[in-house]
Amino acid sequence: MDSPTTYFHWGFILISLPNLLVIGGMVVLFAVALVAPFPHGGLDDDGRP
Amino acid sequence: MDAPRPGVERSSAESGNWTLRVRRSIDRRLPMDHLLPDRQPYFVGSWVYVFGVITIAALVWVIFSGVVLSFMGPQWWHVSGVGRFFNSLHFWSVQVFFIFMVLHLWGQYFMASWRDGRASTWIIGVVIFAVSILTAFTGYLSQQNFDSQFIAINAKDAMNGAGVGAFFNVLNFGQMYGLHVMLLPIGVTFLVVWHIVMVRTRGVVKPIDRGGANRQ
Repeated sequence: MDSPTTYFHWGFILISLPNLLVIGGMVVLFAVALVAPFPHGGLDDDGRP
Repeated sequence: MDAPRPGVERSSAESGNWTLRVRRSIDRRLPMDHLLPDRQPYFVGSWVYVFGVITIAALVWVIFSGVVLSFMGPQWWHVSGVGRFFNSLHFWSVQVFFIFMVLHLWGQYFMASWRDGRASTWIIGVVIFAVSILTAFTGYLSQQNFDSQFIAINAKDAMNGAGVGAFFNVLNFGQMYGLHVMLLPIGVTFLVVWHIVMVRTRGVVKPIDRGGANRQ
């Protein structure tokens, strides 16, 4: 816990492993939210699915 | 002295009655079925629309855990087991708040949800993001540990370099703590409520038409 974390350095990009994991997880979550089926898909006022 | 005509009297009383004018304005702009709708358009059936709700839920936990921390004090949150639990609850609910706020931002950006008269809703969201960052920064300075001292001393140079060191003194714990537990949370909460009311007023933005007809 007390040791410094791993850093990735690609050109002008310098990012720590924890920050990269958080951002990667957010991108994955966003993509899943786009394609995952939504339960009880809403109906509009006309009952249209 | 002439007796006032009934019709004229009512008209003038209505025009001078600000509570009546405000009530009618609210009824016109935000009827209750818009404020608390029981149905949403079919395109709202997507997980992307859940990001904003999770952000609000995280904010509730942030405020709840923050109230407990401010009541009990730093000795409690650093030493006792329950205090450290609430300290962690405050920290991690902030992480959830920011992660889902950014996911909500991505979703609304790709929907171009500032369309059809919703620009002010978008701008308020941007201001919420900025004020939240300021709240998080003052929170790091309010921890009462070596970490907060290290951050404050390094941030002092940045604040002075930006020219705001005289007004925003990060070495002044009282100022940072006061901002973090009072002014900034009130600001964030007020803006979030305003943001939600504006979303309810306008409704959820329609999807962008494939032909681009809905783009503005």
